[in-house]
Amino acid sequence: MINREEFLNKRYKAEKRFQMYGKTAIILALLFLAVFLFKIFSTGYTAFQKTWIIVPINYDPEFMYLDANQKPSMEDLQDSEYFDVGIESFAALDQNANEDQITDIKRMFAFIFEEEIKDHILSNPDDFGKIVEVKLTASDDLDQVFKGNYPRDLPEERRRVNDYQLNIFDRLNSEGKVVSNFNFSFFTNADSREAELAGIASSFMGSLFSILVCLAVSFPVALLAAIYLEEFAPKNRLTDFIEVNINNLAAVPSIVFGLLGLGVLLAVFGLPRSTPLVGGITLSLMTLPTIIIAARASLKAVPPSIREAALAMGASKMQTTLHHTVPLSLPGTLSGTIIGLAQALGETAPLILIGMVAFVNTIPGSPMDPAASLPVQIYIWAESAERGFVEKVSACIMVLLIFLVLMNLAAQMIRHKFEKKWN
Amino acid sequence: MNKIEAKKVNVFYGDKQALFDINMDIPERQVTALIGPSGCGKSTFLRCLNRMNDVIEICKVEGEIKINDYDINQKSTDVVRLREKIGMVFQKPNPFPKTLYENISYGPEIHGMAQSKDELDQIVEDSLKKAALWNEVKDRLNEPGTGLSGGQQQRLCIARAISVKPEVILMDEPCSALDPIATAQIEELIDELKKEHTIVIVTHSMSQAARVSQQTGFFHLGKLIEVGSTDKIFKNPNQQQTQDYITGRFG
Repeated sequence: MINREEFLNKRYKAEKRFQMYGKTAIILALLFLAVFLFKIFSTGYTAFQKTWIIVPINYDPEFMYLDANQKPSMEDLQDSEYFDVGIESFAALDQNANEDQITDIKRMFAFIFEEEIKDHILSNPDDFGKIVEVKLTASDDLDQVFKGNYPRDLPEERRRVNDYQLNIFDRLNSEGKVVSNFNFSFFTNADSREAELAGIASSFMGSLFSILVCLAVSFPVALLAAIYLEEFAPKNRLTDFIEVNINNLAAVPSIVFGLLGLGVLLAVFGLPRSTPLVGGITLSLMTLPTIIIAARASLKAVPPSIREAALAMGASKMQTTLHHTVPLSLPGTLSGTIIGLAQALGETAPLILIGMVAFVNTIPGSPMDPAASLPVQIYIWAESAERGFVEKVSACIMVLLIFLVLMNLAAQMIRHKFEKKWN
Repeated sequence: MNKIEAKKVNVFYGDKQALFDINMDIPERQVTALIGPSGCGKSTFLRCLNRMNDVIEICKVEGEIKINDYDINQKSTDVVRLREKIGMVFQKPNPFPKTLYENISYGPEIHGMAQSKDELDQIVEDSLKKAALWNEVKDRLNEPGTGLSGGQQQRLCIARAISVKPEVILMDEPCSALDPIATAQIEELIDELKKEHTIVIVTHSMSQAARVSQQTGFFHLGKLIEVGSTDKIFKNPNQQQTQDYITGRFG
């Protein structure tokens, strides 16, 4: 004889336990996410700041190989040499510096110091012949020193920054000559071997062009395929076979599509290597089944009564489909498309195979120009040895995540807006 | 005069036969009611009349269905033209998720019936008036048709059906999803519409059949058991089965 009271209690307990398992699972998942985000943001946020050192630059005509008695024209300034101006000004930071030490000082700055000195005089021609303070980009190592990411207590021979450089840097810092500002160049520069100059402009544009190409190729093809399969195709073995294969295609590892892109698009059609065009087409192969499945599901969700209503009014099959079924299925199709594109945006493997992993230090102006992409950029930087790239990796991940979140938000909004309209 | 003449109509869903040798004449400008228990084939027969069974892939229709002496059941029949002449109203109100105006204007537009916007406006107004809906909705023609009440939606569907001036209107249990007041309004409307249209209505409600129709056909297990004037079917049927069904002994 079962004690019913006890039996009931057991059931309640089992139910409570079950709910607790669920809550634990959710808390665990949130914890992982929080750790991940904390790690990314805490290492990455410093990448949005950049360090400059203010140095008195001596625009001595002698170092510029120009006539001191005559005001130089803009062309003269444009054509002039600025390396010596820089070196002489660096030497002035320490009166007693020897050759090696001057080289050390020079290494405290990004190699573009010549450009920066030149840019200053070009926009302030009146400073010709004077000594003026100019902001020069600090080297990535000092950037890290300033941000406190550099282990200063390591023995000197294991550091890329020697004690002499640190002394000069600390002196300049105490004089208030070291400044930190928002790092615009991270967004406007292409990739560079120098961490302080490296930016995501090339990979961002590469990603943007890639998904635009991907959208342009996959959306129309997928939509037409879905409409045909769902509304027109007879239900027989062949269409069943096609359906199974589309579902299988969605599960194919992305690297396989990369090989296909390499073997067909590059080798057979001879499209330009490393370009968003090829990347986009390769990614569209991956996105295609995702969109077809989403589009078919949302076509299926359109109530048959709407089709019957249109057919009974004497609309042809095509009119029924284009006037009623497709417009009603579009919100679902679009949000499926955006989710497919978001997947494609985060894809690395196929792009590596079609050569989008190349070092690209130019910003692509069209899908036909060589470019990197955000996930590949993360991969490239993560492989780089310099300390300055560590924060860049995290910053790039942040940009990619924000891009993805915005896309998913757009998908949500489209779904929400159009679905609410009629129900 | 007979508008529709069905001869030896057999319908199959795959291997299963749904209708057996149906012979039925449907008189012009009258209401013909099709009654019978669920699954008896009355809706299947109705859907033969505008070839809506074409939509169902496994469905096969045999026999001759003549409308205005033209056999619609031949391959060369243009179903678009046929459905322009034979409108249909469904069991569940199914307005398009578009505005009231667009719901009505859709048919005339795809059939090229209006030369101008004014003409189209006129068709929309006339159709809504005939469906006794105009006064309720004339100020909100740009609101979604799905926002109306169930009874109003069904009248909207009737207005949509008559917008293309069909000769025949098929109604598949048009009141089964409606409350008694909305049902009364639709029945009144059917009475009005039979002046211009031939109406075939499938109904589960015998009292409705008795109220609105002039001719009634009783279906059972895919066979047309009896057809005749509504008066006769309800008061003095020839068949025992009909008698049993009418009096509620089965079904």
